[in-house]
Parts: sequence; C-alpha cells; structure tokens
Amino acid sequence: MKTLQVSVVTPDGPVYDADAQMVSTKAQSGDLGVLPGHIPMVAPLEIGSVRVKKDGSTEFIAVSGGLLEVRPDKVTILAQSAEKADNIDLARAKAAAARAEKRLQDKSDHVDARRAELSLRRAINRISLAEKKF
Amino acid sequence: MASLRDIKTRITSTKKTSQITKAMEMVSAAKWNRAVQNAKAFQPYMDKIQEVAASVAAGSKGVNHPMLVSRPIKKTGYLVITSDRGLAGAYNSSVLRHVFQTIKQRHKSQDEYAIIAAGRVGRDFFVKRGINVELEIVGLPDQPSFADITDITGPTVGMFSDGTFDELYMYYNHYVSAIQQDVTERKLLPLTDIAPTGKMVSYEFEPSAEDILEVLLPQYAESLIFGAILDGKASEHAARMSAMKSATDNAKELINSLSLQFNRARQAAITQEITEIVGGAAALE
Repeated sequence: MKTLQVSVVTPDGPVYDADAQMVSTKAQSGDLGVLPGHIPMVAPLEIGSVRVKKDGSTEFIAVSGGLLEVRPDKVTILAQSAEKADNIDLARAKAAAARAEKRLQDKSDHVDARRAELSLRRAINRISLAEKKF
Repeated sequence: MASLRDIKTRITSTKKTSQITKAMEMVSAAKWNRAVQNAKAFQPYMDKIQEVAASVAAGSKGVNHPMLVSRPIKKTGYLVITSDRGLAGAYNSSVLRHVFQTIKQRHKSQDEYAIIAAGRVGRDFFVKRGINVELEIVGLPDQPSFADITDITGPTVGMFSDGTFDELYMYYNHYVSAIQQDVTERKLLPLTDIAPTGKMVSYEFEPSAEDILEVLLPQYAESLIFGAILDGKASEHAARMSAMKSATDNAKELINSLSLQFNRARQAAITQEITEIVGGAAALE
C-alpha cells in the first residue's frame, strides 16, 4: 500500500515525522484531505488540527496556522507552532485561554484585540484536541 | 617593592576572580551547546520554507506582493542583534561598530533611518548616541523559542508593510565556530533575493498564489529574523566562553608571576633576618 511521508516542522524543531495513508486538515479554503499521489500543491492552513491516518489508527496534531506543502509522496506542514495531541499541556492551554479572554474583555487601547483573539483560538484548539483524547 | 602582605592579598583576590571566570566559562559552554543544538533544530524549517518560498515566488510571475517590491527609499530600518549582558569579548562591540560606521556612511540626516534593537547592550549604545530606536526587545532568554520573539518579528515585518521603513537590514554575529564569529549584514526586506534552491517544483495553489504569498512571506521574513537571533545566541555564548577562558588563563599567569614575586620577597626577608642575626652575633664577639 502506498504511503505518504508526513512531517510537521516548526521553528523550534521538527514535531512529527511518520509514514501515513492519509492526511486531512483544514485549509483556509476549506477542509482538505491528501492521499498518496497528490499533485504538488501549497495551501495556507487555519488554526486547527491535522489528522494523520496510519495503520488503522488516527493521530492528531494541533497546528497554529502555517502552510501545507504537498508532493506526490510527501506532505510537509510548516507551522509557527505545533503540538502532538498527547503532548499538549492542558493546564497551560487553559491558562492561555483564560488570559486571552481577559485581554479581550479589557477594552482599553493598549490591548491588541486581533492578537488576543488569535491566541484564544489557538488555546481553544489545543484544549479541544487534548480533551478529545481523554 | 610591594610588601609581602600586599602581594598575598593580590594573589588571593586574583584567585577568587579566576574561580568566577572559570565558572562563567563552564556555564557559557553549557549554554553554547544548547544554542548550537537549537540552531540546528531550526535548520530543517528554514530550508523547507526557503524552498517553498523560492518555488512559489518563481512559479507566480506577474503576481506582486508588497514585500517583494523595492520601493523608493525614504527611511531605512536597521535591526541590530546584540546580547543583554557584557563580558562577551568583542561580541557586541564589533557589531555595533560596524552598524555605526555603515549608518554614518550611508545617511546624512537622522530622519533617514531608525534602529530596531534586540538586546540591552545595543539599545543602550544607540540611545546614548541619540539615535532613534524605534523598537526594542530586551531580556530574551538564552534559549529563545519562536513564541518569545514574536514580539519583535511581528511588528518589524509590520513596520515594513505599513511604510515606516522602505528597506530593512539585519546585523548580527554569524556563528562559524567556537572561536570565530563574523559580523554579518543581511538585507531582510524587501525580499529581493530569495535564492532558488535547485529542486524547483511547480505547485498548484489553493486558493491562489496571492493568498499563499500573503501567508508565506511574513512567515518567511519572521523566520529569517528568528534564524539570525538563534545564530546570534550561539555566537554570544561561544564569544563569552572564549572571553572567559582567556580571562581564566590570564589570571593563572598573573598568579604565577605574583607567587614568584611573593617567594622572592619572602626569601629576601629571611636572608635579611639571618644577616642581621649574624651581624649582631659578630658584634658581640
């Protein structure tokens, strides 16, 4: 059976590397599934999860946006940060969510609402992935 | 000649200093190791993003993104990466001297440039000379993660996009080896020199090349800054390590020559005492 080499790399180092049968994720233009033999493609990603199907099991990786690069035998995800679902620190994610919410409610000028919203979305994404596991 | 006690005091204090520099050397060696590892871990990401950026930029001729276009230059930004603390040999001074001279050569008036300072030493240097420091980041950890530096990369790239700067240069110490670090100048923005990497692939763009560039280019520019900071950190720890090593060596040398002086002075005192006793005994006979 044909497989795809999937790797997730971040500035802080590679996060994930494996051979898989299918990768699906959410791009900015919609949900996207990649099977082996896909034509070369580049797509920007949403903050969300990457599902990697291999040998009957599915692995989840939380990514904070970034890019998806597809080659016929290879998928590379370039994200500014990414974590495997079982490595997510739930307590830290919850703290980050609470902090971001507080910043959003604070209506004073020095708060960058867009950044706070983005960090809230990243935190919620991590929490939902971590909780799905347990 | 200094008295026995004076020399003794100097020996003791030099010994104490050498203990401290020795400890600092070992701490820096450990940090240097980690910093080099971090820089290595970052490399696959940089290679990949470079490859994709080159392919996309080459494959989308006719598509223009503001970050790719050279504008008429009204104001230049200089991103200068230094350390927060001193005692790192020529690490900071060589970068700062280089930047200062470049600025003097290129610009006539203060309005033509501004500094973005990463590191306390660099910031203090420019503030003291009355040069406009637009943005500063101090207190970076020794092993910065990407999240730590988004405070500087985001706004820096933003300042180019909103027209504060029309071009942006980056200065840092490039790490060559434990004993060699070179001051490097790199033009960061506009991205006119995305080097083709050889294995170009023609991609399908989803949804379009413009949208990809919109995401890719800021991320690419930020990665370049992060790479320079990691490189700078590796250089910083290497520079501090060798500075502390030579300080320890110098202290040892000093202790040796002081001990020699001390022994001579002690021997001279003993000889003098004996002469006095012999002289006294001879006078009695």
